[in-house]
Amino acid sequence: MSLILDHVSYTYSVGSGYEVKALNDVNLKIEDGEFIGIIGHTGSGKSTLVQHLNGLIQATSGTIYYNGADIYDKDYDRKELRTQVGMVFQYPEHQLFETTVFEDVKYGPKNQGLDDKQATLRAFEALQKVKFPEENYDASPFELSGGQKRRAAIAGVIAMKPAVLILDEPTAGLDPKGRDEILGLIREMHDKSGITIILVSHSMEDVANYVDRIIVMEKGAPLFDGAPREVFANYKKLEEIGLAAPQVTYLMHDLYDQGYPVDPQATTVEEAKQEILRVFGNR
Amino acid sequence: MLKDITLGQYYPVDSVVHRLDPRVKLFGTLMYVICLFVADHVAGFALMTVVLATVIFLSKVPFSYMVRGLKAIVLLLVIAGAFNLFLTPGEAAFTLWKISVSWAGIKSALLMVFRMTYLIIGTSIMTLTTTPNQLTDGLEKSLRLLNYIHVPVHEIAMMMSIALRFIPILIEETDKIMKAQMARGADFEKKGLVNKAKAMVPLLVPLFVSAFRRANDLALAMEARCYHGGEGRTKMKPLHYRRIDAVAYVAILFVFAASIAVAILY
Repeated sequence: MSLILDHVSYTYSVGSGYEVKALNDVNLKIEDGEFIGIIGHTGSGKSTLVQHLNGLIQATSGTIYYNGADIYDKDYDRKELRTQVGMVFQYPEHQLFETTVFEDVKYGPKNQGLDDKQATLRAFEALQKVKFPEENYDASPFELSGGQKRRAAIAGVIAMKPAVLILDEPTAGLDPKGRDEILGLIREMHDKSGITIILVSHSMEDVANYVDRIIVMEKGAPLFDGAPREVFANYKKLEEIGLAAPQVTYLMHDLYDQGYPVDPQATTVEEAKQEILRVFGNR
Repeated sequence: MLKDITLGQYYPVDSVVHRLDPRVKLFGTLMYVICLFVADHVAGFALMTVVLATVIFLSKVPFSYMVRGLKAIVLLLVIAGAFNLFLTPGEAAFTLWKISVSWAGIKSALLMVFRMTYLIIGTSIMTLTTTPNQLTDGLEKSLRLLNYIHVPVHEIAMMMSIALRFIPILIEETDKIMKAQMARGADFEKKGLVNKAKAMVPLLVPLFVSAFRRANDLALAMEARCYHGGEGRTKMKPLHYRRIDAVAYVAILFVFAASIAVAILY
């Protein structure tokens, strides 16, 4: 079970005065159960990239294979693919439309062809997973707070039980507490159900603490691809393209440059703390 | 997908026509339309063809772009042409089975098709070379006089520019919501009217909600910046006539006079 992108390129508005090359010869392999963060500046092609993965956008050239099958094949069931590769868009709460939260979450499973009973069960499970407060199950989605709306919207995708879950900027517009809760939730889902998660973000801090692999997009192609500590080692280059490494990276590099024998590759606050304690605690 | 829809269809190149003051272009288009309806002789057509060709050449917009607008009215052209052709009474030119076609019919059908085609191409030159914002600015300034009879010119222009500004935003929003619902298994290509209408609900409800939310935000933002209508308001890019605009006015009036002269002479 894997997703393979083979020389994928995509150009917006072909043939008009406004051609934009959004993806430029992207080759990627995404294995089952990975937790990936895709980072890039606005316009680097990260959102375009992930929309290819469930067939919402068709590549101008190149192919994508899901579990070994070419998703651009004429008889490939792309509707089925979309239920396998779930996608939570930016500001997903803007897509809520039903009269109650519960009905809205049921929309996806119903489209999958499940009967009402099964759909209800799926919706219930999904809402439990995102820790949506039970007393609001029958509330109108338009009356909820921002964080709750987002949970409801994410539940709407999870209810389809995708094998791969893509989240495009799931924390945009949330306060720090809401952000940590959503990201924690995603981590928990990954650890418990073993699904592949692809997290699109422009915030290094968000991603560094949660993901196992980072893909940095720049001008429509991956610039770096690797474990967070490997990627952040290039923090100078990251800065050049308008991204910043997590603040601890700077701190650790500064300490290292001052002659303290810390490991400059610590990426999370916890790791940095351990390192600093190790070096300074000995004194 | 939906992003390919162009409304207001501005074609971004730098040309003499693009740089003209929008008021000149509005006036020119108006004169052009009048000329088109004055012309009813080959000589008049020839004059308009020369004028149109010159402007198209000067605008640097590919000809294929202009013709694109015609696609939408092909059916209308055919029907209008046919009605004029067959239903105009007069001396029969030839008879097909029971239907006779008169000389007058042929003439009026040709006139009709010619006028409509030139009308579409001519007016699309204006929209292709003028951004919607320039256009509303130009309209606002040209119609200033109407203020004296209490027509809220500024408010109308403001509504127009907001509406125009929102078109691409709403198209983008539609595209986004459509994709989001498709990711949840929605099928917008269902067969049957009832099914189609049902499939639209998950698209239209969020779209309306978002349109109202945006309108609300915009109103708030405008009020926060003390917007209170057109009185005493200055422009970021005020319209100023330049030399080239004067030249264009003279050219327009010259063409207008010429076409009147042609109409009188022939």
